[in-house]
Amino acid sequence: MAHPHDVPTSAQLLEAVRQWLERDVMPAVDARLQFHGRVAMNLLAMVEREIEIGPDQAIEHSQRLLTLGCADDSELAQRIKNGEMDDRLDEVRALVYASVIDKLQVANPKYLEK
Amino acid sequence: MVRTWQSRDVKTTAIVDALASDLSGVLGAREVSNLRRLTGGASRETWRFDADGSAFVLQRVRPGTVGGLKQEPSVLLMAAQHGVPVPELVFDGSASTALTEPFMIVRAVEGETIARKIQRDDAFGLARQNFCRDAGAALAKLHSIDVAEVSGLENEDQVVRYRDVLDFLNQPHPTFELVFHWLRAHAPVSQRHTIVHGDFRLGNLMIGSKGIAAVLDWELAHLGDPMEDLGWLCVKAWRFGGAAPVAGLGSYDDLFASYEQHSGIAVDADAVRWWQVLGTLKWGIICISQASTHLSGVMRSHELAAIGRRVCENEYDLFQLLEGEW
Repeated sequence: MAHPHDVPTSAQLLEAVRQWLERDVMPAVDARLQFHGRVAMNLLAMVEREIEIGPDQAIEHSQRLLTLGCADDSELAQRIKNGEMDDRLDEVRALVYASVIDKLQVANPKYLEK
Repeated sequence: MVRTWQSRDVKTTAIVDALASDLSGVLGAREVSNLRRLTGGASRETWRFDADGSAFVLQRVRPGTVGGLKQEPSVLLMAAQHGVPVPELVFDGSASTALTEPFMIVRAVEGETIARKIQRDDAFGLARQNFCRDAGAALAKLHSIDVAEVSGLENEDQVVRYRDVLDFLNQPHPTFELVFHWLRAHAPVSQRHTIVHGDFRLGNLMIGSKGIAAVLDWELAHLGDPMEDLGWLCVKAWRFGGAAPVAGLGSYDDLFASYEQHSGIAVDADAVRWWQVLGTLKWGIICISQASTHLSGVMRSHELAAIGRRVCENEYDLFQLLEGEW
């Protein structure tokens, strides 16, 4: 989608902040702040990944929901809860599993290697 | 070593000095020294101190916590009487106002609670070998206690409880709905009704050089199916990155064999698995709850916010756990 912004892109801005934390801040702080610094760097890297692969994931997720006849995850969750999906649970599970993989690709791709 | 993280909450030495003085009054001790705050649970403050040459731990209810200490001191006493390794209860302050909020004082047990150190440090090699044996024995003894001996413990259906929590949090998680569906369809017929520790895992166990020195953190003790404790101990989050299913340290077979040896009761592996599934789901719901603590503004923290994006790890764990079992 077209936008009016100049470079750096939003992902590049986040990357710049993350690298500054890693290069300049982390070596200069105590162990407790280093722990919180690592959490912060992980979050920035996560959003960088979401900016990169999120748009394609959104298209695939919409397709999954369309297949199941649900507008969003709330409706899907509600219909599973109400037993309205009981006759197609294998199909529902396969599509929900695919969405869990997509969430992990953004949140923590290393988790999939274990 | 014990859990020693100096809290930022300790703002002034005046507060510490006043508490030391109160403690010396409670124990009738000549001198209270080295009083320092340790990391504690959500509803408790934990302090360590020396009194007349012996080391003690104080657990005090955080101001504003509903329900006080509940049955914790009496459960601790009961567990000790039945041979479960626990810290010795020195003072039951559950009905006392000497320290403003309800409290209890136990004798300090030396050892380590940090999972990473227990899993890796050379000093715990023997403890790692003995872990399943000790865990099976401790749980078998705890579960042998006649429930008529303790009163006031909660007796709540755990599926209903976490169903309610997820509904309250109001976040859509189709995976969790699928798992609730599975849990209802596969619920084990509970064979026994016992005291359940409720949070038996690394972090809440004091590990000495030879094995489990003491079972700590009894605030979630309740009545229920004893297999809940075995299942919770095997939840992936409590392996802390280790490969072995029991606390990242041992095998199901070793845990079950020890439990059977000390209880005389055969372990139903399917029932343990069911509780492991519920435990994994429960941890996922707790993660949603922690993120909501940040989102609602109760406690703004990027660390809590990050936990919200770890819920999908639990969802993935559940799919792995239930592969071929649906």
